[in-house]
Amino acid sequence: MSTTAPLPAIGRRILRSRVLAALATPHGVDRYLEMVNPMWAAEEVRARVVSVTRENPLSTGDGSAAVATITLQPTSTWRGHRAGQYVQVGVDLPGSAKRMTRCFTVSSAASVPGERITLTVRAHDEGQVSKHLVAAEPGLVVHLSQAQGEFTLDESPATPTNNHLLFITGGSGITPAMSMVRTLLRDGYDGRAGRKVTFLHYARSAEDQIFADELAEIAATDNDVTVHLRHGDHVFSEFELRRLVPGYRTTDTWACGPAGLMELVAAAYDDGDGGTHKLRTEFFKAPRTTPGNAEGDVTFTHSGGETVEAANTGATLLEQAEALGLKPEFGCRMGICFSCTTRKTEGTVRNVLSGATSSLPDEDIQICVSAPEGDCAVEL
Amino acid sequence: MSALPMDDLLESIDLEATKKLTAEQLDAFGAEMDAIRQRILDDLGEEDATYIRKVVKLQRGFEVAGRALFYLPPAWPLAVASLSVSKILENMEIGHNVMHGQYDWMGDPGLNSRMYDWDNVCPGEQWKYSHNYIHHTFTNILGKDRDIGYGILRMDEDQKWHPYYLGNPLYAVLLMVFFEWGVAMHDLEVENIVAGKRKLEENKALHAGIMRKVKRQALKDYVLFPALTGPLFPLTLAGNATANLIRNIWAFNIIFCGHFPAGVATFTEEECENESRGHWYYRQLLGSANITGGKLFHLMTGNLSFQVEHHLFPDLPARRYPQVAEEVKEICERYGLQYNTGPLGKQLFSVAKKICKMALPPQKQTA
Repeated sequence: MSTTAPLPAIGRRILRSRVLAALATPHGVDRYLEMVNPMWAAEEVRARVVSVTRENPLSTGDGSAAVATITLQPTSTWRGHRAGQYVQVGVDLPGSAKRMTRCFTVSSAASVPGERITLTVRAHDEGQVSKHLVAAEPGLVVHLSQAQGEFTLDESPATPTNNHLLFITGGSGITPAMSMVRTLLRDGYDGRAGRKVTFLHYARSAEDQIFADELAEIAATDNDVTVHLRHGDHVFSEFELRRLVPGYRTTDTWACGPAGLMELVAAAYDDGDGGTHKLRTEFFKAPRTTPGNAEGDVTFTHSGGETVEAANTGATLLEQAEALGLKPEFGCRMGICFSCTTRKTEGTVRNVLSGATSSLPDEDIQICVSAPEGDCAVEL
Repeated sequence: MSALPMDDLLESIDLEATKKLTAEQLDAFGAEMDAIRQRILDDLGEEDATYIRKVVKLQRGFEVAGRALFYLPPAWPLAVASLSVSKILENMEIGHNVMHGQYDWMGDPGLNSRMYDWDNVCPGEQWKYSHNYIHHTFTNILGKDRDIGYGILRMDEDQKWHPYYLGNPLYAVLLMVFFEWGVAMHDLEVENIVAGKRKLEENKALHAGIMRKVKRQALKDYVLFPALTGPLFPLTLAGNATANLIRNIWAFNIIFCGHFPAGVATFTEEECENESRGHWYYRQLLGSANITGGKLFHLMTGNLSFQVEHHLFPDLPARRYPQVAEEVKEICERYGLQYNTGPLGKQLFSVAKKICKMALPPQKQTA
């Protein structure tokens, strides 16, 4: 038996018992289990890399990064995912020893608890996590969240509807749609009930087209799934969409891709009143870097959901929040006590003590010693 | 008692000399400290991560061994020793330091100041407020730093004497024996409630937090683990209580050596109004004292034997303190600032003497 095999069900029940939790207090059972085997867990989710497959081996040109599909064996704590959902993946980067966490869409079909999943990851130049994953050796253990996200497929072959399903994707945005189509086909979808699937995808080039073989096979099979691939400078247009799917505005649509594509798609679905009822969208959040200055806007979001936005004054986030009448928690106001630590969701901040800047999304920062540079959003 | 006037003399001479730094000198001193801090920050990485994970592994090892050895009655002393070492490591080198945010940069939730809670009846959440914020920001400012005597003891000449303080040595012994409970009650500011400065209602939320933590800790150490050893229940119970007691005594002594030996300065609120960063460093330095010792000793104190460095750089991983201590000492010499250090015996004796001396009313300076 492999030393990193997930735990059998009975072991899981024992590990999740209240007695064991009481014995392990205040640290929790997982803090002990991880000492023995990283694949044993009572609450947390981790996964072992089973294999890494390059998706675009021919692509070597400038700006076309390596894409790989990483097969993961999650711990028995994995609760499964619905097609289209994403997970947070945490890796301890060698050297700096920092755990970096990023979101990746699950590319495999919907999974059940404990089942293997795949992530299809593009190794961005700046993306330390994605580069680490694409270069990972089998056996590497990574940290996972449970599946998250509402950009999901709510149809299945068993659903008694004859809806036409439309996927419009660009670049890496193909991943959630791929998971959805794979789920439909795996679960017996064959188009016989009169339901059609249309898959419209935009890629930088044919070499950059991921899942090309599988898409070709899907297109060739008699399953009423139509695949349209567009490469190069071919941009999305409403004209083309209307030609492919005349009634697209009343068709259930899932769109995912870069901001430029998403804006065009949203405009095409706008019925004049700003409503885009049949369109479900998902954006990818990329770290935004703006040059050091006191420009831009600062957005503070309360846990309650209320949002306060104001022009960046260049002062620390704590001072700016207080100037707006907000009352974030704080302590020493000099960066030593960590009382004010909050989550920055996007933007660049400069540590006023060290001068170091950081542009990572979803990062915990001390707002008493962090000043925003350009646009910045913080959850208070 | 003949040594007392001599000590007083030493104390006043040191402080007179060191309080004479100009604002410019303080700024320069602060800049040198900032430079050390920045250098270490830039260097944080794998070594620090490996170190703390190794300590955690070591601590878990002692903990599991301790719990297991209770099944062998003849090994009872060994079980207690093992569990005591585990609790001391967990509270001092891991808990105290992790909850300071020293390892937050790693991004590991298991070693994150916001998530971590220690094996102690004091809820980590409350301790972080009274310790990280109040004690480390207002270190040794009379009337603000409630760690001066913990609201129970008289530890400074400038604390007004009252006949209550005749019991100073007794209170100190009690605080030592029940140290984790003292720390847990610390945030309730009982002395301020007695003095009418704080309302009982203000403690309601804190109270609930403490009770929750106390229940969990007591259930684990005094019910479940003893019950797991079946007929050995009383022995295991006694063993767990002893381990907690040993941890209490050790932590109390190390911590009291950090701020209360002779020669450690206290400050008034006026002295610290609008203080510069340089003055803050300066106050941290003069308000703390180190204990000399070997590597193992430093590990068992959670490197709080480098109390001076800890107070200068509370958010740097404690394993870095020994690395910067020589440099800090050299800078202090250059500025003519006192760097308080000494072996455990000397520092303990000095603290004990102060506890006894402060029990008595101040002697009029007539001689």
